[in-house]
Amino acid sequence: MAKTTSIKKTSNTFSENGHGNGNAVESKRVEVLKTYKIYIGGQFPRTESGRYYVPVNKSGKKLANVCLSSRKDFRDAMESARGAFGGWSARAAFNRGQILYRMAEMLEGRKAQFIDELIQQDSTPAQAETEVNLAIDRLIYYAGWCDKYQQIFSAVNPVASSHFNFSVPEPTGVIAIIAPQSDSLLGLVSVIAPVIAGGNTCVVLGSFDKPLCCVTFAEVLNSSDLPGGVVNILTGKPSELASWFAEHMDVNAVVYCEKDEATQKMFKEKSALNVKRVVLYDKVNWYSDAGQSPYFINDSQEIKTTWHPIENIGGGGSKY
Amino acid sequence: MAKAKNNTLKLKFDTSWQYAPAPESKSIASIKPRYELFINGEFVKPSSKKSARLNDDSRSGGYFDTINPANEEKLSEVAHANAADVDKAVKAARAAYDKVWSKMPAKERAKYIYRIARMMQERAREFAVIETLDGGKPIRESRDFDVPTAANHFFYYAGWADKLEYAFPNRTVAPVGVAGQIIPWNFPLLMAAWKIAPALATGNTVVLKPAETTPLTALKLAEIIQEADLPPGVVNIITGAGATGAAIVNHPGIDKIAFTGSTDVGKIIQRAIAGTNKKATLELGGKAANIIFEDAPLDQAVEGVINGIFFNQGHVCCAGSRLYVQESVYKTVLRKLKDRIETLIVGDPLDKNTDIGAINSKQQLETIHNYIKIGQQEGAEMYQSSCALPGKGYFCRPTLFTNVAQSSRIAQEEIFGPVLTIQTFRTEDEVIEKANNTSYGLSAGVWTDKGSKIFNMTTKMRAGVVWANTYNKFDPTSPFGGYKESGYGREGGLHGLLAYVNLV
Repeated sequence: MAKTTSIKKTSNTFSENGHGNGNAVESKRVEVLKTYKIYIGGQFPRTESGRYYVPVNKSGKKLANVCLSSRKDFRDAMESARGAFGGWSARAAFNRGQILYRMAEMLEGRKAQFIDELIQQDSTPAQAETEVNLAIDRLIYYAGWCDKYQQIFSAVNPVASSHFNFSVPEPTGVIAIIAPQSDSLLGLVSVIAPVIAGGNTCVVLGSFDKPLCCVTFAEVLNSSDLPGGVVNILTGKPSELASWFAEHMDVNAVVYCEKDEATQKMFKEKSALNVKRVVLYDKVNWYSDAGQSPYFINDSQEIKTTWHPIENIGGGGSKY
Repeated sequence: MAKAKNNTLKLKFDTSWQYAPAPESKSIASIKPRYELFINGEFVKPSSKKSARLNDDSRSGGYFDTINPANEEKLSEVAHANAADVDKAVKAARAAYDKVWSKMPAKERAKYIYRIARMMQERAREFAVIETLDGGKPIRESRDFDVPTAANHFFYYAGWADKLEYAFPNRTVAPVGVAGQIIPWNFPLLMAAWKIAPALATGNTVVLKPAETTPLTALKLAEIIQEADLPPGVVNIITGAGATGAAIVNHPGIDKIAFTGSTDVGKIIQRAIAGTNKKATLELGGKAANIIFEDAPLDQAVEGVINGIFFNQGHVCCAGSRLYVQESVYKTVLRKLKDRIETLIVGDPLDKNTDIGAINSKQQLETIHNYIKIGQQEGAEMYQSSCALPGKGYFCRPTLFTNVAQSSRIAQEEIFGPVLTIQTFRTEDEVIEKANNTSYGLSAGVWTDKGSKIFNMTTKMRAGVVWANTYNKFDPTSPFGGYKESGYGREGGLHGLLAYVNLV
């Protein structure tokens, strides 16, 4: 009951703000509703399938006509993600950090909108605000890691032969992610940020029951100088799309966050098709301190070791 | 139009100078007529006495022969572990983990591993001879590379045992438990060291299965482990083929699988452990590009290419099996390569002059011959050394293919033999595309004198190990492992620890 009231209250507050003068009933401004679309290659298409679904909140309010993305949408998104990988992974780490920071700025600016959407999707105002604040802070956190995790996870290896040898992390490639289904904004940000901070590109399926924030977050990405295709966001049914995520031969790694053992098994089994890495975050509390760390970045990194000979002609070394 | 003058001298090899045979003595190698399974610190007979065909996956038991691929003679027979034996080994490993190994202070654990390293050094020559007899690799390689590197690996990881808190910042390290380890036949002892050393250092216990064609050095290692007084059950070494490996992978008492071998089997393992909590590291196949730019020191590059593909008869997952030569130097490089393979000595692996030893097994020789046929059918041009091959044993001439299409099977699939495909390129972008156009991603090689080009190339190669102006170098401190379908996880170095720990 309390929740129902709060939704109304929030929307009232917002419409009042919109009016400026909430006195004349006849002149009440008609609100412009947003069409929630998916995000592929920096564009906002509808699903090619034309299908949609209508998520409903606990008080029975229809949230929107949301795209029910298809396998083809996923394939299109994969093509964008692969196409963006070369450029994004080659960006200067500093530049990636700047863009993640910009994402945080954009999210901060749209805070009210996200809080409103979360409240529509059954959060209390306090919960909503906490979630949005944490999401913003998480982006800042990973923005800072962009040019530092390499130093934590790399090594200069003292090989016994006359070679210079070092190991550095490099992005795994294109990551297919099914975002946490319950924490629809914080969970989404927590799985995307470490992946792109590390130079990967990704296709992400947002929360099925609470899809509003993932689409609005795409709008944040779109205005943050993040190149199109680095993050592609779909809405739809995990049970329908998960196996395509696992089977696609150009996916380098999959991320899955639910405890559903059958789906976990499916991911591991089908990932063998092209030796995908399978990353499971079924025990992570995204609200806790343990919900962020450079080890999340490391989960979508490969270690590359480079060798080069050292000329060894001179006699002794310098004595000074 | 002035003709380009070619100043390179062509080496003459048709002189009467010959290398006299210089065989290493077999007398140092003590090989028992029969080897049992090493379980819980003892050599025990397999539970089934009934012999079964080695590759019959439905049955195992009894004993199987291990032969010398250079003369097809039987060296010994080894026990064929069945599921009951695997169960025994896993239980021994579990008990040793629970009661002894996980409780032992790390610095004491370290001292056991150091002991193994030392004893291996003491018996290095014996190990080298047995490695060569059982696997067919040239004695020079087993003596100078396989055995010392294996011992060094134990040394390196022994030192980590009581320093693990420095390896992963802001995390505590916990062992995984019982590791099931399955290793291939190309570097039998070295792979055993790569697997066992980091597992023990991080506090795990192991069940290791060497390949069916090369079980002897792992069993000799078991003898050392026994002599070193390692607590019973910490290391168990059991022999067998695919069915035995599958029993290890599927055993519920295993916490982690470490596998080195083919991509096909790696995928089977990945599927088999789906739905369990078993961790895995897979070090699988490769089809490495070795790239020569026109500004490279060509003689060095040619040496590197030869080492890249013919080292260990090409039975190397990171072998540089796809050569890309910049068009402007193609003719020169090709001539130098042809000249050079003519000088390679193929023959008795025990001879210290031998460059290319015996192909590991009859089956592998057939696989290689089949690919050579495929290459010819696909329209590639073949060139082989004119060397004589011994009458007995499994040998293959060093082989080059030119006019190879990118889509050709010999340029796409791992051959695991002394077969090199050669293609050309004009620009850096072109060769980056071609080199990365493979489902594998284990290694790559780049030859150029220009530093900035080296870093561009080594960065762009989607592979776990990149050698610039060198090839096929390995070191215990240096992480090894692949991108894409070449597997996941790293072995060696600090990064190799991660495969055997849980971070808390």
